[in-house]
Amino acid sequence: MSFLRFINGSFKIIVNGGRVYYSCIFFLLVLIVWGALGYYDQLQEGLIVTNMRDSVSWGFYIGNFTFLVGVAAAAVMLVIPAYIYDWKPIKEIVIFGEILAICAVIMCIAFIVVDIGEPLRFWHMLPIVGTMNFPSSILSWDFFALFTYFILNLVIVTHLLYKQFHKKEYNKSFILPLVLLSIPAAIAIHTVTAFLFNALPARPFWNSALLAPRFLASAFCSGPAILILLFQVLRKTTKFEIKDEVIFTIAELMVYAMFIYLFFTVSELFKEFYSDTEHLVYWEYLLLGVEKNREIVFYSWSSIAMGFTAFLLFLIPKTRKNLLTLNIGAVLIYFSVYMEKGITLIIPGFTPDSLGQYLFYVPSDIEIRTAVMIFSGGALLFTFISKISIAILFEGFSIDSLQKKSVESNTQTV
Amino acid sequence: MQKKEKNNSRRNFLKKLPVLALGTVALAGCSSEELDEFFQQNFRTLSKAEKNDIVKNLEKKYSEKYGKEFVVSDKPATEGILFGYALDLSRCIGCRKCVYACVEENNQSREPQVHWIQVLRMENEKGIDVHYANVHYNPDLVPEKGHFYMPVACQQCRNPQCTTVCPTKATWQTEDGIVVVDYNWCIGCRYCMAACPYGARHFNWGEPNIPDEEVNPITHYLGNRPRTKGVVEKCTFCIQRVRDGKYPSCVEICPTGSRKFGNLLDPDSEIRYILENKRVLVFKEELNTQPKFYYFFGV
Repeated sequence: MSFLRFINGSFKIIVNGGRVYYSCIFFLLVLIVWGALGYYDQLQEGLIVTNMRDSVSWGFYIGNFTFLVGVAAAAVMLVIPAYIYDWKPIKEIVIFGEILAICAVIMCIAFIVVDIGEPLRFWHMLPIVGTMNFPSSILSWDFFALFTYFILNLVIVTHLLYKQFHKKEYNKSFILPLVLLSIPAAIAIHTVTAFLFNALPARPFWNSALLAPRFLASAFCSGPAILILLFQVLRKTTKFEIKDEVIFTIAELMVYAMFIYLFFTVSELFKEFYSDTEHLVYWEYLLLGVEKNREIVFYSWSSIAMGFTAFLLFLIPKTRKNLLTLNIGAVLIYFSVYMEKGITLIIPGFTPDSLGQYLFYVPSDIEIRTAVMIFSGGALLFTFISKISIAILFEGFSIDSLQKKSVESNTQTV
Repeated sequence: MQKKEKNNSRRNFLKKLPVLALGTVALAGCSSEELDEFFQQNFRTLSKAEKNDIVKNLEKKYSEKYGKEFVVSDKPATEGILFGYALDLSRCIGCRKCVYACVEENNQSREPQVHWIQVLRMENEKGIDVHYANVHYNPDLVPEKGHFYMPVACQQCRNPQCTTVCPTKATWQTEDGIVVVDYNWCIGCRYCMAACPYGARHFNWGEPNIPDEEVNPITHYLGNRPRTKGVVEKCTFCIQRVRDGKYPSCVEICPTGSRKFGNLLDPDSEIRYILENKRVLVFKEELNTQPKFYYFFGV
């Protein structure tokens, strides 16, 4: 009974909001339907409606998947400094970080599902019902890691919110080990995702030991960037309190991550360009283009420019400790990493292909629409879960409030 | 017909919504045959009786679809046979007859086009170097001055990366050394295509199309039976032919006799003769894939 009432109450929270809230939701719903109609074509015709072909057999979908694994991982990695520095709203940081992680993992799985040719056969890669190629295939590792991570986060968030909802203290000896476990799990999902690409000798562009470290460093930039912005929105609109100092400390940690990311990238570039082997050809396509084909040059250089600007904004204390420039930096680094992971990581790996042939790939309309569908769906899910959590954490949405309401309505009808 | 369906796409879409969300819900609307196919297990884990049933059903299905009598064999490997291939680079003239013979024999899709064999035109001066290779050469007459040709299909590696990375064990190396795909088990993730250093794996991006009169009805379950969209396919050394003691069709068609094929375990085979008496090389040996497909210079 109380669960039903919780669902009912949550539903009311989701459908009630201001004009801005309604227009956001409406906008997201429009995007989802628009994207889904595109994806429907793909279901009918097959992946031929994408611009992927045998030469470039992975594209925009797998790029987005990779990026979102980073977001999922980094949201939780913020828990480490939160513990070390003993930031005050630690419970809230954990909750919002992990809600973001949950939504990001769901989006990751969605990008895999839209990328595979036979989505209904997804169960073939599960253990017991299918024939999971474990431990040989890194994809099975990745699935296992993502699934574990998803369950961990779900349990932690549900427990914390459930207890708060019932006005009880959460069980620390149950939650703390899980939170601590979710940190190595976060590192694991991103490392395994890097290993997915990294150990394919057929693709020299990815065949670098620095790939996994670069993944982690970049995720440590993009994940906290979202959270910095999110915390400020929450601080403005709810009773959520976070001090400026905490935000500046997060920014300071991001500077280290950005520096390491930059250093790794420079090391990689030096090795490739100075050795000047045939493997340089992928980097040339990435940064200079091949003859007149400069499809991704714009993205690679924008990524570099935005990343570098963000690094400077975060490095200089004056701009780091100014919320306006800090936020500009956070947006820049987020899009810098998005372009790097989403576009310029996957495509050059296949351009040229393993027989030296060039197919110049850019995502098709349907690929973009499908991606929009998934991102909007994820954003909608995140908005709903966050709204319920905010109500529980800051607005007194609890078992008591529900009972009081039902008593009130009963007396009214009497 | 198709137009009409498209007009209803929005309504259809609403009907399909549950399919997107929950595959199992959609099954309620399927016929029992479709259900059987959906729940069919990995070919390698099936019993002889189950394989027989599946093969019989497929023969019926294909015969109805293409209007001719189909044979779908599931003949296993014979003990004491390990297939090997050798290609004489000094004889190949780049005519691509093998490419099209392969398409016809192995029921590759005509539109969209799938070719299991890619012929690379190399520069004489550069040697075997894919960065100077071109598959889209189109002269009036081959061979062209200053070039030699290198056909590439599946190298049937002893140490294949494609089977290692497959998340579902839908592709594997059989006892006679052929790397095969169970098209009913492949989920179409294309990880194998990223892993293959020879571009030997091909994906059915759209619904494959073969004219009824051109379809080859003599097929093998793991080889040239008609495929569906969304799965990966590749050269199987013509498994339907070689397990019956015939040559692959590319060997038969080659007008210059550049292609040699045989049993690596038979000391009197032609392939053994070449390995003993000619000097051979394997493509991208530094990747340790250990191909059973050799290149040599016969003249």
